[in-house]
Amino acid sequence: MTPPDDSQWPLWEVFLQPPKGEPHEHAGSLHAATAEQALQNARDVYSRRGEAVSIWVVPSASITASTPEDMGPFFDPGNDKAYRHPQFYKVPRGVRVF
Amino acid sequence: MAESSARPSPPPEDPARVAEFEARIARGESIEPKDWMPERYRKQLVRMMSQHAHSEVVGMLPEGNWITRAPSLRRKMALIAKVQDEAGHGLYIYCGTETLGVDRHELILQLLDGTAKYSSIFNYPTLTWADIGCIGWFVDGAAIVNQTMLAKASYGPYARAMVRICKEENFHKRQGYEIMATLAAGTPAQRAMAQDAVNRWWWPSLMMFGPPDEASSNSDELMRWGVKKKSNDELRQRFVNLTVAQAKAIDLVLPDPALEYDEKTENWKFGAIDWDEFWRVVKGDGPCNRERIAARKKAHDDGAWVRAAASAYAAKQREVSDEAA
Repeated sequence: MTPPDDSQWPLWEVFLQPPKGEPHEHAGSLHAATAEQALQNARDVYSRRGEAVSIWVVPSASITASTPEDMGPFFDPGNDKAYRHPQFYKVPRGVRVF
Repeated sequence: MAESSARPSPPPEDPARVAEFEARIARGESIEPKDWMPERYRKQLVRMMSQHAHSEVVGMLPEGNWITRAPSLRRKMALIAKVQDEAGHGLYIYCGTETLGVDRHELILQLLDGTAKYSSIFNYPTLTWADIGCIGWFVDGAAIVNQTMLAKASYGPYARAMVRICKEENFHKRQGYEIMATLAAGTPAQRAMAQDAVNRWWWPSLMMFGPPDEASSNSDELMRWGVKKKSNDELRQRFVNLTVAQAKAIDLVLPDPALEYDEKTENWKFGAIDWDEFWRVVKGDGPCNRERIAARKKAHDDGAWVRAAASAYAAKQREVSDEAA
């Protein structure tokens, strides 16, 4: 029997949450046959020194991502609204606002 | 992040796109997997990253050799942890390479059939326990110099893998240096063993940085595209400068009578490297090339049942959930 091709296993993206209340952050990816195996491998590959208090593994194929081609128009609505930033507003000289 | 979706073969390269790409590099922007990149940039990264990943994996072999013979439980725990880290490092970089649209399996097959290159340092034998100390001190020390630079590489997934690796690599170096310091302060026989290891590993460690700048065919391009920020010779010099004082502190002698401090440049000048030896080992005729690949192949074949069992388990889980549905 020819050994199974290990990279035919699905690809999973790994997200780690560090201990001090930061959000989960992408750490990398790995191949695994099942979600359970993905989780165990993620622990061994990406958290050997207490880097995480929580791990998410997500099938890479399930992620919908924005594309670099769309980048300009897609983010445009957020880029031209200076009035969403505090610096847009004037305050009397000498007043401490913050 | 769905980073590894296969890309269609690129259209002929538009000079305007190349110019825009190079402008992004000049601005210090990070190039991400789905961004447009010149085909040559992609190819160079695949070559460099896969060789790097293979080196991590093959690097486990000379050290794994000594796990059962480590002189104390403390040393054994450290060595197991180090070897496990190297496996992890290989996986980080393989995963980074996959974001460029290559399949890890292809790369592993190239390693197993002997067509892939990896760092020539791992084709030298580990004859004594002091070699394990020397590998941590020199080989991991050299790797830190190189990888600290690569942590600023223009390709995001590669740089991020390097940041992760650099955090772990310092332990490797320190445990190696501790082994050497302990032996150097030990019995005359232990001292002699430490010095012998230094004599054998010093020159191959300097070769790890690759051919001299004037003979390095890839360097210019890699530097122009911000993959490398320093040349082979600059990195080699930095490693020598760092290591001279470390050797002195534990009273071991680096085997180079030409080592001399140059006040003007603040560098340690060193003697000529035997590049014929370097090319011989790169081309497959080092002391252990065949043994390393044979050991790697055996490990891969011996693991076949584990992969088969995991696949069978996954298939069974799917059946169960299909029936339940």
